[in-house]
Amino acid sequence: MGQEIVAVTGNEAVANALRQVNPDVSAAYPITPATDIMQRFTSFVSNGLVKTEMILVESEHSAMSACIGASAAGGRVMTATSSQGLALMWEILFIASGSRLPIVMALVNRALSAPLNIHGDHSDGMGARDCGWIQLWSENAQEAYDNTIQAFRIAEHLDIRLPAMTCMDGFIISHSIERMEYLDDEAVKNFAGEFKTTNPLLDIEHPVSYGPLILPDYYMEFRRAHADVMSKVTKVVLDTAKDFEKISGRKYGLFETYRLEDAEIAFVILNSAAGTSKDVIDEFRNKGIKAGLLKPRLYRPFPYEEVGEALKHLKAVCVLDRADAFGASYGPLFTDIAASLYPYKERPILINKIYGLGGRDYLPEHAELVLNELAETAKTGKVKTFKEYIGVRE
Amino acid sequence: MKLKGWKDLKPGAVVTEAGSALKFKTGSWRAFKPRWIEENCIQCMFCWIYCPDMAIKAKDGKRAEFDYDYCKGCGICALECPGKKGNKAIVMEEEGK
Repeated sequence: MGQEIVAVTGNEAVANALRQVNPDVSAAYPITPATDIMQRFTSFVSNGLVKTEMILVESEHSAMSACIGASAAGGRVMTATSSQGLALMWEILFIASGSRLPIVMALVNRALSAPLNIHGDHSDGMGARDCGWIQLWSENAQEAYDNTIQAFRIAEHLDIRLPAMTCMDGFIISHSIERMEYLDDEAVKNFAGEFKTTNPLLDIEHPVSYGPLILPDYYMEFRRAHADVMSKVTKVVLDTAKDFEKISGRKYGLFETYRLEDAEIAFVILNSAAGTSKDVIDEFRNKGIKAGLLKPRLYRPFPYEEVGEALKHLKAVCVLDRADAFGASYGPLFTDIAASLYPYKERPILINKIYGLGGRDYLPEHAELVLNELAETAKTGKVKTFKEYIGVRE
Repeated sequence: MKLKGWKDLKPGAVVTEAGSALKFKTGSWRAFKPRWIEENCIQCMFCWIYCPDMAIKAKDGKRAEFDYDYCKGCGICALECPGKKGNKAIVMEEEGK
């Protein structure tokens, strides 16, 4: 299990994962903070380190369109984007998933305009959560690297054939240097395996058409089939994680639980802020307060049953959202957690905090305040407020 | 044609059969159905010329039946039909009646 210990940024880690997988085609357009991934990758192309056909396009709409063409043609395809770039792809994201094309995309999470902001929050990924793609979220550079490698195996699995995006926090992870471990090039190459084509356009002996018009007599059946294939993703994600553990020694599941089993209060939180939260949870544990955490990894399809089972025993849970869903009353992660707990008669009190928008720091004292509030709520059964912004000036 | 259930569809709606557009019957859009009344037909072939969808068949230079697999029920044929002595040879009737 040869692994090289390095100090790299999240973007560098992901770029190297892509180099090691060595896809056939990539089409991309630069956007902060994802630019760095493709900048590094295009230098790999120029230096002959990968055999990838790099297509430089004039927009993200074109980038995703070119990825779709290349994927339908029969290639292993990847791209990367952020924020407005993902927003511009939105129309095409559904075409990739509806056509069941296993494109892998690194999404470096960034806030959406207006007001214009280049820093990390989850409004881009949350806006695309229901577009039929698989979403894997990553706490740090190591997870972003590991998820990128696994995403190819998951997306390309013959039972699935769905596009997958891997998410990490813009700047906080994408541009911060941290310690992580690279796998051997050979190990990643073998793990990703040979790309298997299904109905490739370039197989001229067996001509096929992609993107036919499907009217009311069949459209709903295709959507039903898509819903069905989404239900098969969790098994493939777990099987892939098992194989990945063999080459890396690192364990992955559908979500990570931290000191959750005997906890009475807990956070549900995505990506980098989970790291900060774990430190504060340790402090609370030292004070004798039974705090824990659940960090979703597979966010789409969302493993409702497994998450519900993991949280149902708690007294009070705070779901922390790094994106708001305007007009929906609660943040997007909150509504999923609420839905996963709804079937249980006995379930924790749920509250929702919106934090860290547009790259606003999520500090240990924010976690402390919320944990104290949860501890109080667990004791009294009384809720101060169901949803509020934290770390914001009045 | 019996419609398939969702389990029998090609993933991603990929069409793997060349020329299969021939099997795509578009007549199910129709809300009104033209009916041909042969005794009022003077074989002017106006309906055959005007039909935007080639849904009126001709045989041996004479008008034949409608091709209901493709007729959308637009009613142009019925409008253009001069009929015989004021009696139309094509009338539109509501589908399902």
